[in-house]
Amino acid sequence: MKKYTDTGKKDTRSGFGVGLLKAGQADPRVVALTADLKGSLKMDAFAAEFPERFIQCGIAEANMVGAAAGLAITGKIPFIGSFAEFVTGRVYDQIRQEVSYGNTNVKIASSHAGITLGEDGATHQTMEDLALMRALPGMVILNPCDFNQTVQATLAAAKYEGPVYLRFGRPSVPNFTPEDEEFVIGKAIIMNEGTDVTLIATGHTVWESLLAAEALEAEGIKAEVIDIATIKPLDEKAVIASAKKTGAVVVAEEHNMAGGLGEAVAGVLARELPTPMVFVNGEDKFGQSGTPAALMEAYGIDAKHIVLAAKKVIAKK
Amino acid sequence: MAKTNEELKQIATQVRRDILRMVCMAKSGHPGGSMSSTDILTTLYFNEMKQDPATWTRDGKGQDMFILSAGHMTPVYYSILSRAGYFPASELATFRQMGARLQGHPSIRKGLPGVFQASGSLGQGLSAAAGLAKGKKLDKDDNFVYCLCGDGESEEGQIWEAGMFAVFHKLDNLIAMTDWNGKQIDGPVEEVAGEGDLAAKWEAWGWNVIVADGHDFDSIKQAFALAKAGKGSGKPAMILFKTEMGHGVDFMAGTHKWHGSVPKPEQLEDALKQLGETPLGDF
Repeated sequence: MKKYTDTGKKDTRSGFGVGLLKAGQADPRVVALTADLKGSLKMDAFAAEFPERFIQCGIAEANMVGAAAGLAITGKIPFIGSFAEFVTGRVYDQIRQEVSYGNTNVKIASSHAGITLGEDGATHQTMEDLALMRALPGMVILNPCDFNQTVQATLAAAKYEGPVYLRFGRPSVPNFTPEDEEFVIGKAIIMNEGTDVTLIATGHTVWESLLAAEALEAEGIKAEVIDIATIKPLDEKAVIASAKKTGAVVVAEEHNMAGGLGEAVAGVLARELPTPMVFVNGEDKFGQSGTPAALMEAYGIDAKHIVLAAKKVIAKK
Repeated sequence: MAKTNEELKQIATQVRRDILRMVCMAKSGHPGGSMSSTDILTTLYFNEMKQDPATWTRDGKGQDMFILSAGHMTPVYYSILSRAGYFPASELATFRQMGARLQGHPSIRKGLPGVFQASGSLGQGLSAAAGLAKGKKLDKDDNFVYCLCGDGESEEGQIWEAGMFAVFHKLDNLIAMTDWNGKQIDGPVEEVAGEGDLAAKWEAWGWNVIVADGHDFDSIKQAFALAKAGKGSGKPAMILFKTEMGHGVDFMAGTHKWHGSVPKPEQLEDALKQLGETPLGDF
């Protein structure tokens, strides 16, 4: 199995902060807006270097979305940052009209996504954001898996012309992807090749899937691991090719069972190549307070549960 | 560029004729608010705005920009855009038809010149306009951004978020207008939501507030002059135009019942007779 080394735990939101600063240095059109979460979104460095291009909106997310759309119409590249719940569910209609239907070049920086937001509990832990964003015509959805990939995804979002939903998280997690690998929107990344089962993952579940693949290898099961860093548009070719090879697919994601990556993959395979599948996700539930690791285990979204899912799906072949 | 009141009156009469004929042809649409804001928007586009259909681009560089926050007022908006030269008046006949550039609410997806942003879901346009104004400030583009809201629409909380944002960011290049006709779909604003004194509210928010008669061209022109004079003050301007829903046709005036209703053929005939013909001619 291909070896990955954790070069030191980091939060993906810090990857966004670094990426935003780099994007701002590369292109004077980049501006950043936040709704009173500059520190949480790691926008401090950008705000310090480009005070005129940093726009504080206060706790008023709906206005922030509209203002960003206006800025984009004048030719700016606005990144709007808040917690995932507050830049999706809270402002779904604003994103739909001003950004998606209005086709404005706005980048939605969505931090603290999923259950690993942790101790603040269910009010702040959106497990539904991917479903909302996937339903919007043309919305590009990026969900990088570690610090390095988040830096690169942020740069790719800035260069892409059109609405982008960029999802990342709060906790410190292993940093294991190459530092300067260009992020290609729409391309799945084969992290490990295997023949017995495909483990499809996104965001924090990529590392968990690699751990699961290692554990499976010890039992003689060869797992293919795919990092779906772009959820929409989905790299259908990569999904179909891998399903064809292994004949069994697990999809692991830090999201509700409805409308996330699991259903996106199932939709492709149902249409092109019906394949046994098992899903690892937050089911049809709200989260609760707890440490990120404890929650991932309790809700069954960690390596241990991916191993169980892999065995279950192989038995269905 | 400057137009006399007589010239503006003539354009406004033609626009009201267009509005009624459009909604009757489409058998749907919103004539009431369109007719209350006709004189305001006629003055804006034909006497106040720095705009040029020949060089129009969506980014609005080097020109004034306008956002119709109350997106249902497309009949007046499209009529004025066409009469100002953005597209042929004959296209008004396609209003609300399948495949038309003249969608029920403004869209940027059909390539209609003059429209800067989609609108229709209420309460959002002032935020977009504030973003445009901020963009112009960053670009050191000295032109104005205008935005028209409804008084019923101002029940949306986002309007007041935008109100705070525009003051905090000193957007004195933003001139917002409210079509203060006192009516909304379910009835008089004061009976539906009890909005209260809009002037006092906007003043409390820190805006440069101007109250004007939205059917008197002198009053409208003066209001725009006062609003523009606020440039440099650091304050955005809000012109509260007192208007009458359905203005210009006796049986439509002053009632909420014509917010989204279409006149019957004989009513249309009566209304057009009341308005009278103009040399501009029907589409």
